[in-house]
Amino acid sequence: MNTTNQTNLQDREAAWAKQRRVVEQSLARRHAAERRFRGLGLSGVIFGLAMVALLFVTILAKGLPAFWQATIPVEIYFDPQIIEVEQRPGLLPGESAAQLREREMAWQTQLTMSNWNRLIENALLEFVPEAADSRAELRRLVTSGERFRLRDMVVADPSLIGKRVRLDLLADANIDVWLKGNIDRDLPDNQQQLSAKLRQWADDLYARDVIRMSFSTALFANTDSRSSLASAGLAGALAGSLYMMLIVILLAVPVGVASAIYLQEFAPRNKFTDLIEVNINNLAAVPSIIFGLLGAAVFINWFKMPLSAPIVGGLVLSLMTLPTVIIATRSALQAIPPSIRQAALGIGASKMQTIFHHVLPLALPGILTGAIIGVAQAIGETAPLLLIGMSAFVAAVPATPFDQSTALPVQIYLWQGNELRNFFEARTSAAIIVLLSVMITLNAFAIWLRKRFEKRW
Amino acid sequence: MNNWLLVCVLLITMGFAYQFGLARSKSVAAGGPGRMHSRPGYYGLLVALWCGVPALAVFMLWSAFEPNIIRASVMEYLPAEVVSADGSQLNVALRRIENIASGFGVSDQPAEYELRAAERMSAVQQTGRLSMYGLMAVLGVAGLVLTLRRITPNLRARNQVESVVKALLVACSAIAVFTTVGIVLSMIGEATKFFSFVSPLDFFFGTVWNPRFSTVGTGDQGQFGLIPLLWGTIMVSIVAMLIAVPVGLMTAIYMAEYAPGWLRSMAKPVIEVLAGIPTIVYGFFALVTVGPFFHGLGQMIGIDIRATSALTAGVVMGIMIIPFVSSLSDDIITQVPKAMRDGSLGLGATKSETIRNVVLPAALPGIVGAFLLAASRAIGETMIVVLAAGNSPVLHANPFEAVSTVTVTIVNQLTGDTDFASPQSLVAFALGLTLFVITLGLNVVALYIVRKYREQYE
Amino acid sequence: MENNLQRSLAAAEGTVGVSAAAKIKMTARDARVFYGEKEALHGVNLDIRENEVLAFIGPSGCGKSTFLRCLNRMNDTIDGCRVTGKIELDGEDIYDRSLDVVLLRARVGMVFQKPNPFPKSIYDNIAYGPKLHGLASTRAELDEVVERSLIRAGLWDEVKDRLDQPGTGLSGGQQQRLCIARAVAVSPEVILMDEPCSALDPIATAKVEQLITELAENFTIVIVTHNMQQAARVSNRTAFFHLGDLVEVDDTTHIFTSPKDKRTEDYITGRFG
Repeated sequence: MNTTNQTNLQDREAAWAKQRRVVEQSLARRHAAERRFRGLGLSGVIFGLAMVALLFVTILAKGLPAFWQATIPVEIYFDPQIIEVEQRPGLLPGESAAQLREREMAWQTQLTMSNWNRLIENALLEFVPEAADSRAELRRLVTSGERFRLRDMVVADPSLIGKRVRLDLLADANIDVWLKGNIDRDLPDNQQQLSAKLRQWADDLYARDVIRMSFSTALFANTDSRSSLASAGLAGALAGSLYMMLIVILLAVPVGVASAIYLQEFAPRNKFTDLIEVNINNLAAVPSIIFGLLGAAVFINWFKMPLSAPIVGGLVLSLMTLPTVIIATRSALQAIPPSIRQAALGIGASKMQTIFHHVLPLALPGILTGAIIGVAQAIGETAPLLLIGMSAFVAAVPATPFDQSTALPVQIYLWQGNELRNFFEARTSAAIIVLLSVMITLNAFAIWLRKRFEKRW
Repeated sequence: MNNWLLVCVLLITMGFAYQFGLARSKSVAAGGPGRMHSRPGYYGLLVALWCGVPALAVFMLWSAFEPNIIRASVMEYLPAEVVSADGSQLNVALRRIENIASGFGVSDQPAEYELRAAERMSAVQQTGRLSMYGLMAVLGVAGLVLTLRRITPNLRARNQVESVVKALLVACSAIAVFTTVGIVLSMIGEATKFFSFVSPLDFFFGTVWNPRFSTVGTGDQGQFGLIPLLWGTIMVSIVAMLIAVPVGLMTAIYMAEYAPGWLRSMAKPVIEVLAGIPTIVYGFFALVTVGPFFHGLGQMIGIDIRATSALTAGVVMGIMIIPFVSSLSDDIITQVPKAMRDGSLGLGATKSETIRNVVLPAALPGIVGAFLLAASRAIGETMIVVLAAGNSPVLHANPFEAVSTVTVTIVNQLTGDTDFASPQSLVAFALGLTLFVITLGLNVVALYIVRKYREQYE
Repeated sequence: MENNLQRSLAAAEGTVGVSAAAKIKMTARDARVFYGEKEALHGVNLDIRENEVLAFIGPSGCGKSTFLRCLNRMNDTIDGCRVTGKIELDGEDIYDRSLDVVLLRARVGMVFQKPNPFPKSIYDNIAYGPKLHGLASTRAELDEVVERSLIRAGLWDEVKDRLDQPGTGLSGGQQQRLCIARAVAVSPEVILMDEPCSALDPIATAKVEQLITELAENFTIVIVTHNMQQAARVSNRTAFFHLGDLVEVDDTTHIFTSPKDKRTEDYITGRFG
């Protein structure tokens, strides 16, 4: 017995040794495969990280310079001999409001006809006296919209006439492009946007620090402009986006939370609620442009709501955000352990009291986080807004959500298509930076909320 | 009276009603023999609801119908040629009458009929408003008084308030359903109108996309063939998936199986940033960075690559959906039970052998679901392709050339200056319907697979 | 209970065929395991002899599974787990850098608490290990390995007609025997079993126990069990763990009839655990 065991053992040991050799032989190959696989995984991660970096570096590199814009600080003399402005018309006895408005508009037209440009030319001549015989050329240093700024200043405060005022005039967009080197300076004359004289002046004034790169408040304070590109700003878009954000917060968040509460806490489990569940999950994955079509067909074409208005945009974005809020709220509610519910029910609270007094407050951080992320997503959305008419040029800050407006992403879309690419590539990137900052702020707030109130059960 | 003011008054009244209810229930409780059924606050709420909600309903109904009622009331005063005029002219006339009625006036001399119509309009408006106020007041007071009188210890105020709240909750969850129904109905409705111009056969199987400008009256409407657009969509999506699937999957595997904790907690959120960036930003990125890069690359190796092409749009879209694929796959890979991994490692498999031979096959259904969701997202993506695909609805198989997609065409057809009722606009809804059906199909299948997969390991 | 134990012991008596002087297969000297800062195992010294069935018993949380997992370095897969001391297989330190963990696990196989067949066919489940290690170069060889392993695991007759069906479709007991066959297919020198029957019903348990007894002819088996009767039925020697200490190790008959340590006695008489 023992001897057979012995031989058995010897046989087995020989077999083991052989097997060990076989396995050992395969090891180098297998470990190489392991390293390759692991390397592949790591390169996937690195590719992802690199793309994030590339995206942000590109946008920042292109966009940050646009926050500084060529401006010319000058002293404007509101020469009473050049601008003759009548008294603003007041309400005459027996006149209707409509008639007064008619006269006011006539007055404004007259005002606009005044030679505001001459004020600008005079101010510029102080720096370039030799340009006295080419005023029209000289004026092109300054973007065309600045004359309306002077007009608006006088409309707001007629006492300015006869006074001298220090002002930062925005240089023409082409001047900005030229000075920033965003155009090939060696291009032949006939391909340059600016005449040789203007280029000379611009360089000269820039060297003398008359033209400076100063922080572009116009970018935030002005609305979009097509005639005076250098003064195009985001004010209208910011207001539009803000309105839509408020509407989404006011509509999607409460409705979403309420419906999540019902579905999670009250709804019976049956075929119908299953259907709602499937429906919500699908709705979350429906392409955003479909919501735009819904808006165009229902809100615009059927309810005859105004085109391009933040109210319609807000409604469409709310419907789009709703599933996100519902799903986030449901998972926040799900995370509250049943023991909390049982405790409250056990001391005689009704189901409604249990949920509103105990469960909901505990789930609030999770709900808010989901809601904020949903809202951030909504304000970055473009496609549905284009379909409800928000591709139109709007040069006013909307006073109410029912007025025509643009939105930040739409403004980005409009600007990227502008013909003066050299200028608007940077301007668009700047707008993107603004949009991303808003979104990052919102997300950071959501993360902070989560970190601050996160509970582990 | 301003509407906002009215609503404020109503809310304040409700506040008072609440207080009355509260006081009343307390006095009943003090005087009565038994215990009150509910806490005092619920009686207050019940009174406030009865006081405010019917009045509010009247207000909302009136606000909804007021413009139509007023319009109808002045129609008889308008001369026949204005009434029969087309919509915009009639609207101008009505706007003038409204201005006269409101006292704002018009700048020229109003016509006789306009003055009379305006008079009538303000009369209707006034009586309407007054009767609304009256009705609201009556309802409010009646609700208040009747409910106050109903307060007894036996009144189940809490249950009644709660059933109102519950009804509200149900109404809110119905909105999501209505949204889907709205999408389906509006899409089908408008698409049906489109198919009255163009036969569905020509739409679904046409290989030429060439809609003419909308000129009403001419028989020539152009050709609305879906195939080139669908093919463009598929081409861009394939390129996108070719980028996103390998990168996303490898990222997920690395994150789930290899990455040390610090790398995981650092890299995962950073990569997920990609998912939060608005698509317009990707479009711009494609247009100014990726497109020129591919164009230059093509010149270097002697291939003609357009800056805006299926390749550019697809690659950027692929980058966009990397985090989508990776975080879904990551979740799914992490759900594969540890026992499964241990079984393989215990046999002497290396980690990568374990992942390839055991973990991935086990996770396959879930991962396929994730891919389908990603594909559905790629198909429905709009802004990247609008900016970077080149918008050339011609049937070809060269990814280096410009293409057009379903989504791009929807945007193009609805943002032009065409008449909404023309086939040139309506086709957008037929396209939208197609898109909706495709993505819905993908989503349903994908969500079903993922759900089944989750259940398997729960 | 008492009766059962007696009977099991009587059965075990017969299997103590290998003499105490048999070759030492694995040794542990002052083996300690840390999870993060916490020491879970406080210096275990133990010899595992060739061809024996060694059972680890002890109340839950006593470190018996932890120690078992040290023997083929499965603890490596747990984050923050650290092993110190010396554990040797045939005189080689298995925690030495030069030793390849793949090779170690090919030599020291493992069967887990819950049956964990791969989501593959029965055939592929068994063929998995041999394929990985290149132990069978032709299809015929592989077929042979699969058949031999299934026969050894006593599963061949039950599954020979449905080798291409998924392993997850088998019953719990069959799944566990499939997992044992899977481990056997690599022809390891030692098989570690971590409570292999805890998820099985009594009939399946009996089958697996019988299988263990049969396998003991060719393999060294270390089995963790929370079931003392099982230890008594299948093992030659038994080690008792308590609160991270190896309290006592001896022939199974001695442990159950005349334990040296008070704690062991308390445990086997059911005072705690």
